[in-house]
Amino acid sequence: MIEVIDLCKSFNGQPVLKGLTLSIAAGELLVIIGRSGGGKSVLLKHLIGLFRPDSGQVLINGVDLPGLRGRALDDLRTKFGVVFQGNALFDSVSVFDNVAFPLREKTRLPPDVIHARVEERLEQVGLAGAGHKFPAELSGGMRKRVAIARALVTEPEIVFLDEPTTGLDPILCTTIHHLIRDLHRKLHFTAVMASHEIPDIFEIAHRVAMLHDGVIVEAASPEIIQASANPVVRQFIQGETEGPIQVT
Amino acid sequence: MSVVRSTPLRPVQSLGRWGVESLEAMGRFALFLGEAVVWTFIPPLKVSQFYRRVHFIGVRSLSVILLTGAFTGMVLGLQTFLTLSRFGSEALLGPAVALSLVREMGPVFTALMVTGRTGSALTAEIGIMRITEQIDAIQVMGLNPMRYLIVPILLAGVATFPLLTAIFDVVGILGGYLVGVQIMGLSSGTYFGEMRTFVSLDDITTGLWKSFAFGVVVTWACSYKGYYTAQGTVGVSRATTEAVVLSSVLILVWDYFMGSVLP
Repeated sequence: MIEVIDLCKSFNGQPVLKGLTLSIAAGELLVIIGRSGGGKSVLLKHLIGLFRPDSGQVLINGVDLPGLRGRALDDLRTKFGVVFQGNALFDSVSVFDNVAFPLREKTRLPPDVIHARVEERLEQVGLAGAGHKFPAELSGGMRKRVAIARALVTEPEIVFLDEPTTGLDPILCTTIHHLIRDLHRKLHFTAVMASHEIPDIFEIAHRVAMLHDGVIVEAASPEIIQASANPVVRQFIQGETEGPIQVT
Repeated sequence: MSVVRSTPLRPVQSLGRWGVESLEAMGRFALFLGEAVVWTFIPPLKVSQFYRRVHFIGVRSLSVILLTGAFTGMVLGLQTFLTLSRFGSEALLGPAVALSLVREMGPVFTALMVTGRTGSALTAEIGIMRITEQIDAIQVMGLNPMRYLIVPILLAGVATFPLLTAIFDVVGILGGYLVGVQIMGLSSGTYFGEMRTFVSLDDITTGLWKSFAFGVVVTWACSYKGYYTAQGTVGVSRATTEAVVLSSVLILVWDYFMGSVLP
């Protein structure tokens, strides 16, 4: 479904992705792990077409995403749902209007259908009855759940989640992870999630890919990753300061 | 060796880099407006966003326009009266106040006040939307942020600036009346009668054309600076300052050019 081939990206001469190659199957829940500032968000922004690569390919269902412009790109993006690291909720409108936004703007569904769909999603994320509130009135965990509801309201084929549990306490982290797992089972989307919540993500991921020094050093099932002999992977998942990953 | 050779060229390199970067920035600034203008003519218009921006720019600026308009007219009335009285020409106070306001001070002061009152807030709002990834969110939903965010702001600027300028002019003329007639003792008939004689329709349309142009200039500069905000909260602060400075400079420069061209 998603193929990333030899992806390279630099910022101000500083290489971030150095020939990264990765494939993600339809229906899979892949978690990309790696150090903060290691390029996980940069990779995700390439997958959703916000960044253009210096070289390499990003293929979504065989279509070269960086080659698309205008309406073709917008059409492909309607298959996406994105949960941003900071949620990216619209401050000036209510929770209900935030979740309804993509349906109102990108579909011709009648208002009653939109209303029912939004209420259903809010209920699924445990926020039934909170539609009238504004994002500023919600806790961090609730805002995250609104962002997840908005990402899923259009029934996307692929959902991208950029560190969806950043800044949340351990109980909320587990709650959000279980929510993602349950919704993934129910709605059967393909999910690509950037995270460094070790070991929580091993419970929910089908496959884990370790990003280090601009490339995927290992991509395998959680069991294989946890038993990996790769020193980079071992150091990262055990959180050790000594090893091939230089702590700066 | 290479360091020694390159040292004399360094100022030339810096100058060249500055020149290229300035040209690039001006090009991006112009393209931003060009793209917004193109999207203005591609339906559908985001009507709810347009109304929201009209309220934001127009209604919220009303109190400051009323206040500054009244005091500008009063100061103008007082100073002009004192000057004209030296020549025994107090009767011309009405036209002097009206012409100054309608042709020049009304459009310029209104634009400067709206820049300070809502232009900076617009830049901050769009800048925060940028750094909190709200603009990215609009984009990945398959929507065009230019159409959704910028076009309603530009249109609201074009719609509200002439109205705010007209209000400023009327309140300013009444402020001049208060000082000239009620305090200095000029007759009401002279104040308004001479105004009818000397103020032509061309003077009023000149002011209105200026206010249309300033509506575009202010919303263009402020939304551009917000749209390309970077580097977190410091970036928002910098963008807001730059937007106010850029808008103010453009208002004064553009005022001169329009004043030279219009009748």
